[in-house]
Amino acid sequence: MIQILLLASLGITALGAAACSMPFLKGRVAPLIGGYSAAAAGGAALLAAILVLVNGGQACFSSVWQLPFASFSLKLDQLSAFFVIPVSLVCGLAGIYGTGYMADEGNSTGGRLSWTWFLLLMGSMITVIAASNGILFLVAWETMTVSSFFLVTRYHEKGEVRRAGWIYLTASHIGTALILVLFAFPGAAATGSGTLVHPACSHGLFFLLALVGFGTKAGIVPLHVWLPQAHPAAPSHVSAVMSGVMIKTGVYGLLRMLTCLGSPEQWPIWWGWVMIGSGAVSALYGILNALGQRDIKRILAYSSVENMGIVFIGLGVWMTGASTGNALMSSLGLAGALLHVWNHSIFKSLLFLGAGSVAKASGTRDIELTGGLLGRMGRTGLAFFTGSAAIIGLPPLNGFTGEFLIYWGAFSAVYGDNGFHASVSGLLAITALALAGGLAMICFTRLFGTVFLGSPRSENAGKACETVGSMYIPMMILAVLCLAGGLLAHLVVGFLPGVSIASGTPEVLGRIALVSLALPAGMLLAGALRKILLSGRSTTTSDTWGCGYILPGSRMQYTASSFSLPALLLFRGFVSLRLTTRSNGEYFPNGLSLKSGLRDSFMHRLYEPLFRSLHRLSGWFSGMQHGRNQLYVLYMAAVLLILLLWELGV
Amino acid sequence: MIQSMVHVLLALISAPLLQGVINRVKAFFGGRRGQPLLQPYFDMIRLLRKGAVYGNTTTWIFRISSLAAAAGPAAILALLPLGRVPAMLSFNGDMIVLVYMLAAVRFLMVLGAMDTGSSFEGMGASREVLLAALSEVAFMLCLAALAAAAGSFSLSGVYREMDTFGPVSVMSATVLLILLLSENCRIPVDDPRTHLELTMIHEVMVLDHCGIDLCLIQYGSALKLWVFSALFSGICFPFAGRSLWADLLAGLAGVFATAVVTGVIESTMARIRMKRLPEMLSLASVLALTAFLWEILV
Amino acid sequence: MNGLAEILIMLLMLTNFRLLGSSRLPACISTVAFQAVLLGAITLTTAGWRLSPWVIILTASTLAVKGVLLPALLRKAVRDVGISREIQPFVGFGTSVLLGAVLLSVCFIISRPFLDSAASEQSRMLIPGAMFTIMSGMFIIITRKKALTQVLGYLAMENGIYAFGTSLAVEAPFLVEIGMLLDVFVAVFVMGIVIYRINQEFDHMDTHKLTELRD
Repeated sequence: MIQILLLASLGITALGAAACSMPFLKGRVAPLIGGYSAAAAGGAALLAAILVLVNGGQACFSSVWQLPFASFSLKLDQLSAFFVIPVSLVCGLAGIYGTGYMADEGNSTGGRLSWTWFLLLMGSMITVIAASNGILFLVAWETMTVSSFFLVTRYHEKGEVRRAGWIYLTASHIGTALILVLFAFPGAAATGSGTLVHPACSHGLFFLLALVGFGTKAGIVPLHVWLPQAHPAAPSHVSAVMSGVMIKTGVYGLLRMLTCLGSPEQWPIWWGWVMIGSGAVSALYGILNALGQRDIKRILAYSSVENMGIVFIGLGVWMTGASTGNALMSSLGLAGALLHVWNHSIFKSLLFLGAGSVAKASGTRDIELTGGLLGRMGRTGLAFFTGSAAIIGLPPLNGFTGEFLIYWGAFSAVYGDNGFHASVSGLLAITALALAGGLAMICFTRLFGTVFLGSPRSENAGKACETVGSMYIPMMILAVLCLAGGLLAHLVVGFLPGVSIASGTPEVLGRIALVSLALPAGMLLAGALRKILLSGRSTTTSDTWGCGYILPGSRMQYTASSFSLPALLLFRGFVSLRLTTRSNGEYFPNGLSLKSGLRDSFMHRLYEPLFRSLHRLSGWFSGMQHGRNQLYVLYMAAVLLILLLWELGV
Repeated sequence: MIQSMVHVLLALISAPLLQGVINRVKAFFGGRRGQPLLQPYFDMIRLLRKGAVYGNTTTWIFRISSLAAAAGPAAILALLPLGRVPAMLSFNGDMIVLVYMLAAVRFLMVLGAMDTGSSFEGMGASREVLLAALSEVAFMLCLAALAAAAGSFSLSGVYREMDTFGPVSVMSATVLLILLLSENCRIPVDDPRTHLELTMIHEVMVLDHCGIDLCLIQYGSALKLWVFSALFSGICFPFAGRSLWADLLAGLAGVFATAVVTGVIESTMARIRMKRLPEMLSLASVLALTAFLWEILV
Repeated sequence: MNGLAEILIMLLMLTNFRLLGSSRLPACISTVAFQAVLLGAITLTTAGWRLSPWVIILTASTLAVKGVLLPALLRKAVRDVGISREIQPFVGFGTSVLLGAVLLSVCFIISRPFLDSAASEQSRMLIPGAMFTIMSGMFIIITRKKALTQVLGYLAMENGIYAFGTSLAVEAPFLVEIGMLLDVFVAVFVMGIVIYRINQEFDHMDTHKLTELRD
C-alpha cells in the first residue's frame, strides 16, 4: 500500500513534468496541470510517509537498473518518512500557490517549462530522501540541483538573476563533488546505510566531508553564499520550496551519512563542538545580515541561514550529550533539531509565499517602498503575522517547541551536574540561541512592521489589493499548521525518529501549550471587558499624533534601515556595514544623503578574491586553447604515442 | 498551593501599589511629600471612564497590543514563585516559558507601535527591541547560572534551593536588578516620567494609546514590575521560615523592599546615555556568565 | 569567613572588567588601588587570621605602596599631563569587555586541573581570578595607546602575580617580597617621570605615535 502511494506520487510528478513540457499546451492549462499534479503527488507521498511514521515500520521498493552498482531501490524508514512529510506538504501547497502566482505567465514557454522543472524538483527531492542506493541518491541529487537551477534562472533576462544562478550552480556542484568523494568510501555506495569498517582517523575525515558537502546544501556559514542570491531570484513558490525543504535535504544527507558511523556514543567530542560552533556562527551571522537587507526575500533567505544554524546547534547538543554520556541532553537535542526542521519548513514557506503575494500586489520586493498593506491584504497579512510570530519562537506557535527542546537539552547539561565539557557546550548553545532569538525579534518586527503596518510609502503600495484565493488559501493552511504544531507538539514528539523521549517530555509540552493559551484567553477577557466599557461611549478615529507637525505623511514613518541601524552599529565588527554619506557643498549643503548597506563578508573577502585568483590562474592555461585543430590532433597523437611506448616498451 | 493562589491574587490587586511606593520614595528624596500611595489606582480608574480614539493608520494589531500588555504578565504570574512559595504552575522549563511569554507581549507592543505610522513610536520600537535582544542573553545566562546552582530547571525549584549568600547569588541578584531596571523602564535605563521623544524608550511606544487601552498597558507594566521584583527579591532577600505563610509574608516584604530599593536607585542615579545602554546590558551578560562559570567550577 | 573570601575573590574578578571597560583614567587608577586593597583583605582572610608579624607588615606595606602611594603618584601624573581619558584604543571598550569574558572562560577552563593544589579551601577560586587579572593586565598593555594606561595594566599584572602567589601559598622569603615591592615602586616612579617628560616634549603621551622614533 505504502509502496503504491510512493510510486504513484513519483509517477504523477514525472507525468506532470512531461505534460507541461509539451509545446502545444494552452496558456491557461499549464499552471493548473503543474500545480494540481504537485498537490496530488504531495498528498500521496504525505499519506505514505504518515503511514510509515505512525505504524513504526518501513517500506521498500526495489527494481533493476542497468548501471553498475546501481539499483532503483527506495526505502521509507522512519528518518526518510520524517523528511518526506515536509517535502510533500510544502511542494503541494506551493504548487497550488503557483497556479495563482504564475497564472499570467502560462502563455510563455518559460512559464510552461518552469512547471516541468518544478515537478522534476519535487520528484527528485522525494527520491533523494527515499533512496537507499548510493547511485540513485547521487542521480536524484544532481537532478534536484539542475532543476532548481533552471527554476532560479526563470527570469534570466535580468543580469542579477543570471549571476545568482551561476553562483548557485557553482556552490551546489562543489558540494556535490565532496559528496561524491564521500560515496567513494566503500560500504556507503552499496546500500547508503551500511556500516563502515574503517579505522577511527578517517571517521573524522568522513564527518568533515559530510559536514562541508551537505552543509553547502543546508546553508551553513561559510558555505551559505548562494542562499541570499538564489532565493530572491527565483519565483516565490520556488523560493518557498527551496528554503522550506530543499535545504533540509542537506540535513537529511548529513544525518544519513552519520548513521554509517556507528552509534553516537562512540563519536569523539570534537564533532559536537564543531556542530555547535558552526551552528552558532551561522545563526548569529545569518540574522545579523538579515537585519540589513531591503529585499524582502533576501531577509527571509538570511533568516533561513539562521534557522539552519539553530538546527545544527540542536544536532551539536545531541552529539555532545551522546559523547559525554548524557542521555537526556542528547535525546532532547536531537528532538529539538528534528522538530525545528519541521517547524521551519512550515513557517518559512509561509513567509516566502507571503513575500510573493506582497511582491505581486505592490510590484516591488523592496520593503522601503511598501507599507500599510495589512489594511488592504487582510488575509495575507494575518497569515504572514502568524509566520512572523512563529519564526521568532513565540508561544503558543510551533517555533517555540523546537527551540524549547534544544534549550532544555542545553540546560540539562547545566543543572544535572554533568561534567565540564557538557556544561560549557550547553553554555555556548544557550548564549547563541538567546542572542539569535533576540535578533530575530528585531528582524521580523522590522519586516512585518515596515511591510504591513503604518501607511504606504509608495503609490503602488497604496493601490495594492488582496491576491486570489489560490494564493492565500495555502498560506492560511500553513498558518493553521503553525498553530496546531505549537499546541499539539506533545503528540508529535513521540514520533520523531531515532529519539527515545524521556517520560516527562510530552507532559511538559502539554503544560506549555496550556500555559501559552492563557495569553490569548486573557486577551479575549480583556477585550470583552473593553467592549463592555466602550459600549456607551464614543469611539472615533483621528490622525496619528505628530507633535504638532503640520504636514505629516508616510515619509515621516520610521524606515526599515533606521529601525535596525542601532543593532547593526553595535555589531559592526561582525558584518560589513557600509555607510556612505554624500553632501553637495561644504558648509551649507542643501542636499544630504545617507546610504547604508550590507555586503556579505564571506562573499566579499573570501570567495570573490578566491575565484578571481582562480580566474587568473586559469588564464595562464588559455594559451593551450588556441583553436587550431591541427595542434589538437597533434596533442592526441603525442599522448597516444607516449601511451603506446609506455605499455609496450618499458 | 493555597499560598500560591493568595500570592497571585495579592499580585493582581496590589501591583500598582509598587509603583506608588517607588513614587513616594522618589518624592522623599526630592524633599516633597509626594502623590498618595494609591495614586496609580486613581489614574487607572480615571482612564477606565474614558472613550477611545484610534489613529487612522491603525489596524487590529494596535487594538490587541494593549490587551496583550495586560494579559501577558497576568498569565506569567501563574509561573512565578515568591521566595520559597512555589508558583501555581511549575514544571521543567517554566523559566524559558516565562522569558518567551514576555517576548510575545513585547512583539505585540512593538507591532502596535509601528502600526501608528509615526516616527516617535518607530524610534521607541527600534530601541526597545535592541535592548530586549541584549537583555534576553543576560536573562538566559542568569537563569542558567541559577539552574546550575540549584540543580533544577523549574523556577520554583530554583527559588526553593537558593537560601544562602555566595558569589553566585550576589552576581545573579545584580543581573536581575539590572534587568528589572531595563525591562520596567526605570532610571538609569529609561525615565518613566519624561515625554521627550529623544529620551524615551518605552513611554514613546505607547504614545498613541489612550483611555482603556492605556489603563491596560499601565496595569500590565505594574504586573511586570511585580514579576521582576519577585525574581530579584527571592535571590537577594532569601528567607526560610517555618511555614509557607511566613515565607509568603517574607516574600511580600521582599517585593516591597525591592520597590524601595528601585526608588532609591532612581533618585540617586542619572539616566545613562543612550549609547552606553548596550554596554550596560552586555556587562549584565558578562556578570551572568561569570556567575555561571563560577558555579560549574566550584 | 568562607563566604567572605569567595566574595572578595569575585570582586577581584569584577574589578578587572571595570578596568577593561572604562575610558576614564582616574576611575582606572582607583580600580587598581581597590584591587590592591582587595588583595590585602584576601591575604588576611585566607591566612585564617594567623596574625604573624611578618604577614601584617607585608600586608600593610603592600597596601601602603600599591593602594595609596602609587595611585597618588599616578593621579599627580594625570593632573600634570592634563589628559584624563583614553580615546580610541586599538580594541574598543565594549569589545574589550566581551573579550575579557572570553579570557575569563579560558582561565576557568585551564585552571580546572590544578584547582585542588590551592593553599586552602577558600582560596580555590583565586587561581582563575589571579590568572584573569594577569591576562587582563597584559590585554590592557597591548591594546591601549596612552602610556599611563599601560602603566595601570602593568600594575594590574603585578596584582595578579601577587594573588597567584598567595593562592598557591608560595612562601617567598621576606626579602624577596620586599624586593619585588621596591621594584614595582621604582618602576612606577620612573614611568611617572618619563610620562611627564614625554608629554612635555611631544605634547601627548600616545605611545603609538612614539613609533616614529625608531630608525
